[in-house]
Amino acid sequence: MPKDHGIGASNKRREDVRFLTGRGKYTDDINLAGQAYVHFVRSDVAHGTINKIYTTAAAAADGVVGIFTGADFEGVGGLPCGWQVTDRHGNPMQEPPHPVLAQGKVRHVGDPIAAVVATSYEAARDAAALLDVDIAELPAVVDMKAAVADGATKVHDELESNLCYDWGFVEENRDAVDTAIKNAHHVTTLELVNNRLIPNAMEPRVAVGAYDPTNDESTLYTTSQNPHVIRLLMGAFVLGIPEHKLRVVAPDVGGGFGSKIFHYAEEAFCTFAAKQLKMPVKWTAQRSESFMTDAHGRDHVTKIELALDAEGHFQAIRTETYANMGAYLSTFAPSVPTWLHGTLMAGNYKTPLIYVNVKAVFTNTVPVDAYRGAGRPEATFQLERVIDVAAREMGIDPVELRRKNFVTEFPYATPVAVEYDTGDYNAVMDKALEIADVAGFDARAAASQAAGKWRGLGINTYIEACGIAPSALVGQLGARAGLYESATVRVNATGGLVVMTGSHSHGQGHETAFPQVIAEMIGIDESMVEVVHGDTANTPMGMGTYGSRSLAVGGSAMVRATEKIINKAKKIAAHLLEASADDIELKDGQFSVAGTDKSVAWGDVTLAAYVPHNYPLEDIEPGLEETAFYDPSNFTYPAGAYICEVEVDPDTGKVTIDRFSAADDFGNVVNPMIVEGQVHGGLAQGIGQALLENCAYDENGQILSASYMDYAMPRADDVPMFSVDHSCQTPCTHNPLGVKGCGEAGAIGSPPAVVNAVVDALQRNGRDVRHIDMPLSPSRVWSAMNG
Amino acid sequence: MHNFELVKPTTIADAVSALGGEDAQALGGGQTLIPTMKQRLAAPAVLVSTAGIDEMKGVCLDDNGRLCIGGATTHATVAAEAAAHYPGLAALASTIGDPAVRNRGTIGGSLANNDPAACYPAGVLGSGAMVVTNSREIAADDYFQGMFTTALDEGEIITEVKFPVPEKSNYQKFLQPASRFALTGVFVAKFGGGVRVAITGASEDGVFRWTAAEEALSADFSTGAVDGLSMAADGLINDLHGTPAYRANLCKVLTVRAVNAAA
Amino acid sequence: MTTVSMTVNGKSVSGDVEGRTLLSAFLREDLGLTGTHVGCDTSQCGACVVHVDGKAVKACSVFAGECDGSEVTTIEGMANADGSMGTIQQAFQDYHGLQCGFCTPGMVMSAAALLAENPTPSEAEIRHYLEGNICRCTGYHNIVRAIQAASGQDVAPVAAE
Repeated sequence: MPKDHGIGASNKRREDVRFLTGRGKYTDDINLAGQAYVHFVRSDVAHGTINKIYTTAAAAADGVVGIFTGADFEGVGGLPCGWQVTDRHGNPMQEPPHPVLAQGKVRHVGDPIAAVVATSYEAARDAAALLDVDIAELPAVVDMKAAVADGATKVHDELESNLCYDWGFVEENRDAVDTAIKNAHHVTTLELVNNRLIPNAMEPRVAVGAYDPTNDESTLYTTSQNPHVIRLLMGAFVLGIPEHKLRVVAPDVGGGFGSKIFHYAEEAFCTFAAKQLKMPVKWTAQRSESFMTDAHGRDHVTKIELALDAEGHFQAIRTETYANMGAYLSTFAPSVPTWLHGTLMAGNYKTPLIYVNVKAVFTNTVPVDAYRGAGRPEATFQLERVIDVAAREMGIDPVELRRKNFVTEFPYATPVAVEYDTGDYNAVMDKALEIADVAGFDARAAASQAAGKWRGLGINTYIEACGIAPSALVGQLGARAGLYESATVRVNATGGLVVMTGSHSHGQGHETAFPQVIAEMIGIDESMVEVVHGDTANTPMGMGTYGSRSLAVGGSAMVRATEKIINKAKKIAAHLLEASADDIELKDGQFSVAGTDKSVAWGDVTLAAYVPHNYPLEDIEPGLEETAFYDPSNFTYPAGAYICEVEVDPDTGKVTIDRFSAADDFGNVVNPMIVEGQVHGGLAQGIGQALLENCAYDENGQILSASYMDYAMPRADDVPMFSVDHSCQTPCTHNPLGVKGCGEAGAIGSPPAVVNAVVDALQRNGRDVRHIDMPLSPSRVWSAMNG
Repeated sequence: MHNFELVKPTTIADAVSALGGEDAQALGGGQTLIPTMKQRLAAPAVLVSTAGIDEMKGVCLDDNGRLCIGGATTHATVAAEAAAHYPGLAALASTIGDPAVRNRGTIGGSLANNDPAACYPAGVLGSGAMVVTNSREIAADDYFQGMFTTALDEGEIITEVKFPVPEKSNYQKFLQPASRFALTGVFVAKFGGGVRVAITGASEDGVFRWTAAEEALSADFSTGAVDGLSMAADGLINDLHGTPAYRANLCKVLTVRAVNAAA
Repeated sequence: MTTVSMTVNGKSVSGDVEGRTLLSAFLREDLGLTGTHVGCDTSQCGACVVHVDGKAVKACSVFAGECDGSEVTTIEGMANADGSMGTIQQAFQDYHGLQCGFCTPGMVMSAAALLAENPTPSEAEIRHYLEGNICRCTGYHNIVRAIQAASGQDVAPVAAE
């Protein structure tokens, strides 16, 4: 029977009512009295020297209250990077400054040059048209390999080159890997591109800065996945505002997918300008602005080599990846191609020797940073593609080749620095094959053939590292901050609870799922629990939501705080029941003395805590409120097997996804409905990457897909109904909930399944196509078929 | 966007008069013009909405059996009301944009803009329709003059389009997946006197007639008739979504499909 | 400035607008009806879909001045008279047809327009009709199911277990 309560119940989402009735409160819905509006004048060239900015005419225009340029930010900090990577020679990465407004040079199309603040958005834009910027255009650096060639134009003149770092992992294994590959029975080599994507949360970014001169307090309302992180980065590193004078609020946020983790120039600008101008300053991104200012994702060019013995056992993996950083280092950017990518190169397989080389490169493009999956999709894609190619080359069934190499004993220490705690990769593969009805494939393929279509089957597994992140480990890896999470659980006198969490919900349904955990722990109804998040004034210092960490880390903090609550409540109950606290049991919201019929209700104990009458004041403080900070001891390792079935139209190359099946192991599941929804969304994003989405630049650094006219978002008729299953559950061993995280899996596991399926369809029909780079547009597939 | 004065005439005469002013421009459904104005790529001082001009709206048959569509008629209206008279054209209208766009966008607006990937130009050229303006009638073969370029003069508005109704017709649209315009679209119309084939989305010169296919199909209206033909890739559009060779292939594939589906 | 008057969610309203004032801006800024969202500037995402005189339109691509005298319905007008959620809204909650909620108002308004035209649409018809509404969160799976359920068709409950 499905549960109707607590952990494991598909509770309907309480936040839906406001979203469905138009009463959500998103940042753009916030309008402060007397606010001004900012329009950013942005570079329309990818690279250039700013000779002069003529502001006089614009400043005199109607409604203008202020004009700012890079000169106004001299002496103000730049946007910081939160992660330091050490290169294979032991040197720190090259880290250029990132001013709020461009100083001296512009380095990508969209780089902000000036900000015009006026009494209306249109007045700001009208005035901006009068602002004249004299820019001497410089050659643009776009292609990564050209960027690191000798004599290449430098994106940052003060750096030695465009190479941010040359990272080797694990450097000590390099020679052994080389030897193993040289001596291997078979080596499969594949060169591929992981296409640049634009996250495209449906809510464009917004920032509203405000300043209260009576107490010198600044407030920023922003579309963020992690308001405390923004407060810390912006307060400490950019504007020099102490945290007690800076409040950051991220209200309802319309999707993030990573793009709203980072600290952006517009946030700092609005906060800064509000104080300078003594009026609230609001910025709302136009979607066309989002395309050139939201951090992009992926953009790796990789060569991977897989060495196998005669039986198909993996002997070694060697990769060389060029990873685009764009023009500046965004908040997490250096970590994505390294620690979120290199550490996952073992996949689900027991390959003894792995060496990953990553060259991170500056180019005159929008900064690239974490996007749903962040590094793990890139790792999974190259690994699952090369395995599929190897299977063909060696004449081994692709499923059998994978099974032959699965990690089957846990814990398993990979040769790339992480230890998988639990998993059962054969179980998820079995489940995927079952729900995908692979047994029926041949009949479906025959039916397709009769209809003039080519059917293909693509199968792969994935593993990811979630629950970001064990602070000690990531500290060693270069993180400049630990990645714990916090929760305060406040119990009110009459028994209702409020959870104040550092996690942030922007679609994930925390307001529904978090109370299910507490309801289960105490044995009360979820309706007695409320979740507060997204406001630094109301919640303890937190790290926010990304890396599928909310429940595994934030939820664990909430569990720890609730455990403290229960322990204290048991002491109070013991006093009320005149028993020993060790004998008190809590079940269904009742405290009882073990082995007796004496009990007292949850609400009686909470009332006693706040109305201390007949209360052991000498032993226990009044009140019932606890805070816990939880730092995970390891990542969690969700894993799964995905199966895609496509039909290819041989006349046009158009790929239609006919069936998609996903079997995931997320450990324990709190709300199955929400978990399935997360997988559905991830699958659509992965399918989007595989078939549709492509952020392309021309050789001058102009974005060719700079609007929805050319950037193809997955629509309802681009995807099928999905078959998803999460019944294979090997609970995480090191967090109290046994949960692993589900937010990114779909986006990580699905691209290789799609490409494997398309290649399979072509191969089955006599086309010797080894690989096609994403997105597999009809034109590309047709060209490959006819090439 | 830049500000402007919105004028809402109720007669063609008043609209034409308003369009005589400086920097005045006609506003049909605005589904392309408004996004363009948001980018400040168009900045009319006066926008003359045709939405209130009843004499420019509606679908009917004239005495010569031609299907007449008012210039301010929305795609949704054509999709619904032309179906009984000219199913191929009604089906074309039903593939434009999305439902909300079809509720606003108009045939006159689409033709005046002449986007090289728009659907209506294929239907109009493929039908050999007559574009009627406030001052004259322009044959489709003379109307389309390259991408975003038409025979319209400044201040001239499309009041009506008159379509000869073919025996059979069909429009095959291969979607550009982002914009939902045609990556390539082919309209085939079989008249008693011959076949017309018009192609949108493919050429750098905008909509055009594939005369070789027309000749072959006029002689033998069957898919086999097109077998021996191939479209040259020269002058076809090269972009993120398709190479010229790919578009050339689509021209042929879609022509065959349109012949197959023609009804 | 021109004065426009229209009926929004059954109430007569009027306001002074510029020629360039979009219906979406009039609703959000002048009337405070912030349920209508703006997600793009090329008339594609559909977050701003409202009904004007009974037809779905993108409020970001029509001027307020064009709607003078019209009947406009927004997401705020979709609840039942007693304030409870309407059938489509309830189905979206029941079948988890939304996550971040940003595209949701437009999805609900498009779904309502679809069901008015086609009371029992097939899965393919629903998917096709939604081609002007982009959702980044749900993968559309549960949106399709919610609309099927709202139209009275049998839909398996959420989450198999």
